[in-house]
Amino acid sequence: MKRFIHFLILMIVWLLLTWSLQWQEVLVGVVVVLIAELFLGDIFPAGAVKVFNPVRFFWLVVYVLVFLWYVVKANFDVAYRVLNLYLPIKPGIVKVRTRLKTDMARTFLANSITLTPGTLSIDLVGDHLYVHWINIVSEDPTRETEIIVRRFESLLERIFE
Amino acid sequence: MNETAGLILLIVGIAFDVVGCIGLVRLPDVYNRLQAATKCVTLGTCMILLSVLFYTGINQMSVKALLCIWFVLLTSPTGAHAIARAAHRSGIPLWDGSIMDKYAEDREGAEDKV
Repeated sequence: MKRFIHFLILMIVWLLLTWSLQWQEVLVGVVVVLIAELFLGDIFPAGAVKVFNPVRFFWLVVYVLVFLWYVVKANFDVAYRVLNLYLPIKPGIVKVRTRLKTDMARTFLANSITLTPGTLSIDLVGDHLYVHWINIVSEDPTRETEIIVRRFESLLERIFE
Repeated sequence: MNETAGLILLIVGIAFDVVGCIGLVRLPDVYNRLQAATKCVTLGTCMILLSVLFYTGINQMSVKALLCIWFVLLTSPTGAHAIARAAHRSGIPLWDGSIMDKYAEDREGAEDKV
């Protein structure tokens, strides 16, 4: 069942990419998708299918909007720092704690952190994320966690946990 | 109307890409450069791809562009993370002005225990 859902998703992506229903194209698609599924099916996150629940889907939409807002903000932040003559940066690597448990949620959290203002996730060890921060405003770990992680964590918890 | 919107998106997208490139040159070390490269280039590229949608309407090309946005959004932060981690593991130091490096501290601690 799980494999069949993967197959459907990958097949839809293939059909959108080729944008044709000729039998040769579809046949090649089936072969490619089966090979991809054979080698990479195991690393496909197990919790991904959960998202199709309507409540979770609603929170996913909210998350995407919040995320886009932060991405735009991040770009203006970088533009400000880069174009400023004095290069106002104060970088360093900080350690923050996450309470998310599933792989899918953690992946999304790490990627979101990378695309939001001033932060770049470097590694995940146990429950701790190491984050490169371009402008450290506080050296207190709880406050860092508050600033970096909390803005997405509660939303992602509702979507994937 | 659609062409105007597409043009605006195109110009803003290219502007963000340019800022990302300037950041790549101006910022001091690999981690800071990755920050500029990832954020600006992701949004800039996504906006350029989105402008394709406004120019051509819904057809083969714009569907591919939309899929590319999805792929770029997924792979660009992942790639940045992989580069940053590999750089740190192979011992590339942070810029002198950096305030702290918890990652190096913790890894040194772990090596001492071993």
